[in-house]
Order: sequence, then C-alpha cells, then structure tokens
Amino acid sequence: MTSKFFYVTYIRTTPEKVWQAITTPEFTRQYWFGMHQESDWKKDSAWKLVFADGRVADIGAVLEIEPPKRLVLRWHHELRPEMKEEGDTQCTFTIEQEGELVKLTVSHEAERAPKTIEAVSGGWPLVLSSLKSLLETGKGLPRTDSPRKG
Amino acid sequence: MSMDAVFRALADPTRRRLLDRLRARNGQTLGELCERAQMTRQAVTKHIAILEDANLVATEKRGREKLHYLNPVPIHDIAERWIGKFERGRLDALSNLKKNLEREEP
Repeated sequence: MTSKFFYVTYIRTTPEKVWQAITTPEFTRQYWFGMHQESDWKKDSAWKLVFADGRVADIGAVLEIEPPKRLVLRWHHELRPEMKEEGDTQCTFTIEQEGELVKLTVSHEAERAPKTIEAVSGGWPLVLSSLKSLLETGKGLPRTDSPRKG
Repeated sequence: MSMDAVFRALADPTRRRLLDRLRARNGQTLGELCERAQMTRQAVTKHIAILEDANLVATEKRGREKLHYLNPVPIHDIAERWIGKFERGRLDALSNLKKNLEREEP
C-alpha cells in the first residue's frame, strides 16, 4: 500500500531563492535541524542528508532535477533499524510562482515504507514553517538549527 | 493565504470532521469524502473549497481524479507564532538555571 503525504506552504519570495534554500548547505543548516545535503545536483547523482555531527541520516539519488522548479529524490533512511529495513521512499519538491507568492509543495511517498513515511511526515511541517520564516524574515525558527531531541 | 482564512476554516465543525477524515486516510477523492458525510456533494465541495483556500487541504491531480491531502503546515505556522516563543522562553530559563547552579562551588 502506498503511504504518502503532501505538504504545501506559500512563501513571499522568488522560486530561485527557494531553490537555493533547498539545495545549499548554508541554508538548510538554518531550518532543517542543522542538517545539510550532499550532492552535486545532477540527474542520477548520489544524494545524502547529513547531521551536523557527521552522521548520515538518509541516502539516495537525484531522480529528476529541473532548477528552480522540480526536484525528485530517492530517499532511504539509514539510522533507525526499523526504518532502514524498509523500502525506498521518494521525495518531490515542486516550486511554482503564484502571483506574489511562491508555492512550495513537498510530497513524500513509498510503496513499502510506512514507518519512514510516518516519521518524516512529523518533521516536515516544522521544517517548512522554518524555511518560510528564514526566507521571509531572514531567520529560521528556534529548534530547527540543531538536531531534534528525542 | 491569511491566518484569518485558517481560523475561519477551522471554526466550522463539519470542516474539522473533513480534516479528521483526511488525517485517518490521506489522499481521498471528493467521492470518497462524500461517503458517510451526510451532506450533499455540493455542500462537501463548498467546505473543501474553503479548506483549500486556507491551504489546510492540498490537492493533487491523478488522471481525471483529484486527491485531497491534509496540509498541517498553516496550523504549524500558527503554533510557532504563539507557542514556539513560549517554549524558547522556557528553554532560556532552564539554561540560565543550569548556568547559575553550575557556577556555585560546592
């Protein structure tokens, strides 16, 4: 069975800035629990999401990339055993201009990874609120610039 | 995309029930949402449109169907605006307490 979530936020900024915020480590560290991504951002390139202390949280690959509109990642969790043993997931970022606002959609889905989808679905709303805050006010939200507790 | 729209959308119990049903099972079609809703299709359509305008429901086209997903991000923005600040205050208070306690020599 497919598990999927679909999150949308509207940000007063430009698609290019959203793209930069998603793909640049200096930005992601400020709103994504201190984590950054490592990839050369080419189709089929390797991708990983890394904690500030160097632990690799998730690994995968760039499946589709079309700056500044669309990014699709293959995403596999590595740290928690019950999630590591599950299948791959797919995460899609879509960026669209809507009038003065930019609509950012993040969807995350999997055929055989319900625990991973459940876990990531809890984190995304805070990460997206913080990304919006960072782009609109220059500051991410407290608690998102370092790893989550618990 | 105002907070007013979010509060107005959430003020109605019928709309909160629709969100509950998406929370129980994400990605439903309008037809599925109409089942057991004890409302006309027109009424459900109207409520879903208000939830969509408030960005509480996100939709995805799949073939001829439209799937509806619960989007909690605006509720999170509201929580951060008021609650996040208090939490930060509490954390500051705790870290000050810790500093003061650790400064004292036994």
